Amino acid sequence: MPQAVKVAGADGGEATIAPDASRGRRVTIEHVRDYGIIVVFIALFVVLSITSPSFLSVDNLLNIVRQNAAVGIIACAATLVIIGGGFDLSVGAVYFLAGVASAWLAVHVNVPVALVGGIVVGLLLGAFNGLLSTRLNISSFLATLATSLVFAGAGAAITKGFPITVDDPGFATLGTKGFGRLTWSVIAFVAVAVVLQLVLTRTTFGRYVFAVGGNAEAARNSGVRVDRIRVATFVISGMAAGLAGIIDASTVSSGGNDDGSSLILASIAAVALGGTSIFGGIGAVWKTVLGVLLLAMIANGFDLLSIASYFQDIFEGFVIIVAVAINSLATKR
Amino acid sequence: MSAPRIELRGVSKRFGNVVAVDRVDLSIAAATVHALVGANGAGKSTLGRMIAGAIAVGEGQILVDGEPVDFASPRDALAHGVALIAQELALAPDMTVLENVYLGVEPRKAGIVARGELRARFDALLESTGFDVPRDAAVRTLSIADQQKVEILRALSRGATVIVMDEPTSSLTRDEAQRLHRLIRDLRTRGVTIVYVSHFLDEVLALADEVTILRNGRLIRTGPASAETEATLVTGMLGHSASADYPARKPAPPGAPLLRVRGLRRAGILRDIDLDVGAGEIVGLAGLVGSGRSELARALFGADPIDGGTIELAGEPVGHLTPTRAFDLGIAMVPESRKEQGLLLDQPVAANTTLPFLRRRSRIARFGWLAKRAEREQVRTLLADLSVKPQSPTALVKTMSGGNQQKVLFGKCLFGEPRVLILDEPTRGVDVGARRAIHELIGALASRGVGIVLISSDLEEVLGLAHRVLVMRRGAIVAEFGADPSMDAVMEAAFGVEQTAGAAQ
Repeated sequence: MPQAVKVAGADGGEATIAPDASRGRRVTIEHVRDYGIIVVFIALFVVLSITSPSFLSVDNLLNIVRQNAAVGIIACAATLVIIGGGFDLSVGAVYFLAGVASAWLAVHVNVPVALVGGIVVGLLLGAFNGLLSTRLNISSFLATLATSLVFAGAGAAITKGFPITVDDPGFATLGTKGFGRLTWSVIAFVAVAVVLQLVLTRTTFGRYVFAVGGNAEAARNSGVRVDRIRVATFVISGMAAGLAGIIDASTVSSGGNDDGSSLILASIAAVALGGTSIFGGIGAVWKTVLGVLLLAMIANGFDLLSIASYFQDIFEGFVIIVAVAINSLATKR
Repeated sequence: MSAPRIELRGVSKRFGNVVAVDRVDLSIAAATVHALVGANGAGKSTLGRMIAGAIAVGEGQILVDGEPVDFASPRDALAHGVALIAQELALAPDMTVLENVYLGVEPRKAGIVARGELRARFDALLESTGFDVPRDAAVRTLSIADQQKVEILRALSRGATVIVMDEPTSSLTRDEAQRLHRLIRDLRTRGVTIVYVSHFLDEVLALADEVTILRNGRLIRTGPASAETEATLVTGMLGHSASADYPARKPAPPGAPLLRVRGLRRAGILRDIDLDVGAGEIVGLAGLVGSGRSELARALFGADPIDGGTIELAGEPVGHLTPTRAFDLGIAMVPESRKEQGLLLDQPVAANTTLPFLRRRSRIARFGWLAKRAEREQVRTLLADLSVKPQSPTALVKTMSGGNQQKVLFGKCLFGEPRVLILDEPTRGVDVGARRAIHELIGALASRGVGIVLISSDLEEVLGLAHRVLVMRRGAIVAEFGADPSMDAVMEAAFGVEQTAGAAQ
């Protein structure tokens, strides 16, 4: 194959179907997209460890993960949706409504029902999103933009602007208890990441997700039930957003404090940072996890170094621009 | 005889390694209808589009009224009075007829469109042409035929005196086509020159003053239409076939048909299709582009819905067919376009190959869990059988050559050991070596008892491989031939040449 590359080089840029140039030993834009996140992650980790003495401590690192468990869980699930060629902009609203529903159930029924109920709410809302975008053939971007208004409105109708406080101490277990500093929420994040990573790479369903997002027509011609797979990715996303909502409600013992609007962009940014193609068909959950932790480290590092938070926003914004630009350049080839 | 309105000198065009138009010299006289005819891929459309500036001229020179021109775009060509009416119409569907006709050239007063003047101009244009289209109707509400009139009006309103029409009647009913022909004759008497690209020979003979025959991109001859018949046109378009060698055919074993189709139909697309395919038999489907070949293939695979008819596999009705069910039953398809319809270019070969069989093959997946090592081993064996290069299950498909990608697409069908294989353009865009290998593979599969439906725009390929050739035309099977029919007979059936008639009506 190296020969084919040479030939293409020899007859200049005229060839319309040049052999793929990424097959050499050179570092290409595709390598940067696929592995750049690891390099950047390690580099930032090392820099922060040197510049800030309090960064490299179990306490601080666990804190970072705990604070980002909710967004991490949502981002891991969003990876599946995006690889499958969809977009879920309703995760913030599902997070909010599930947190509210869970707190309401904890007050009016009991804690176990509250935990299950929050996830069931996420599942149903996700299924609704999936059916809208497949059966009615509405682009998932628009469908979930619309449903996020519906879901957030429904949540606000329940709280009427006042978060629902839960007095039962059992409700706080998920977000605050665990094995020392290793809270159940952190364990849940790790579990979701591991399970979804395995689902994507080791199961037939994962293959279908890649196929549907990579080339829906080819997937259909291969007997893949494209719509079912798409709906399933939205169900997973809804359940993850529901779980995240419960976790944060549990952490503060009340539902409806946070409308979740910041989670949408944060989760999509993390997915894009990890090199998952927003056009579908390419990506990995573990890289999204690195993306989440990278953004979290930037925030944490800026805090530790006492740099004003607006610089942090500017920096994060540029990091995302660079990541997305690399992705776009690599996809164009 | 007047000077040529359009003149071509040594015009050529290549697409990649394919020469679409090869050193064509041609003169087109003013106020005539000049037809370009040829088989699929002969270069007639490419030539027409170059004249109208829709495709850049590769080599050679085009002259309009003796002046060399080098059109950068259809818009540029229009400025020189040359317009294109393409197969796919280019109108703004939600705007009115009037707005479409004058789009971008509206008369303005102080920057505001002068609607009164616009209407007056439009009415004058309608009167001079004798066309009849509702001025204020939205274009999307019009029939295709009326939309074509809007395109013609638009060309005329900008002073076009040469109109290139690319297969203008392919979406029209017979009635509409005849009305279009009347319009074309009127335009000709008003001094407009028409370049008419078509594969409907009866239309060409009835309408054209001169006919140019193309074959494999070369100009065969140009002459008065009155000197041609459908039979002479077909002979000219085909020439003598340079017989490529094809693998020896084993006779198909006799027996009840493996695939039995009766009365298959889909409104406007497929008409009452009866089809039998025996085990080990290669049935070729010939016909022009748009005759319904690919649509039939997709219907047999469950990729497109059908409105009626039955499909039986080994005597059992298949019921409601979907691609999922087709693969379960052992019906597989190599689709027409491997990149758009067949392959996941960003995925490795193994993931592509096994995709249709993850549900029922316990050897590579159990309870939804992939046995990746077993999958790799089995795919590697298959790749060796097909001599795919590189022989690596983990290679990304997009890094492979067209011929090897096509073999992967075959491998994807063969992984499940199909009983019926539907091949739509199995050698499109592959090199000579891969083409030969694929032909041998098709022969080998048939001799193993697979029933094969073969579709190809390359008629030689169909004739060289098939045990039986069915010819489609306008959504129906119109003729059936045994092995090795004469190419002329098949083409005549495909073009709908009357058996008795040697001359035009």
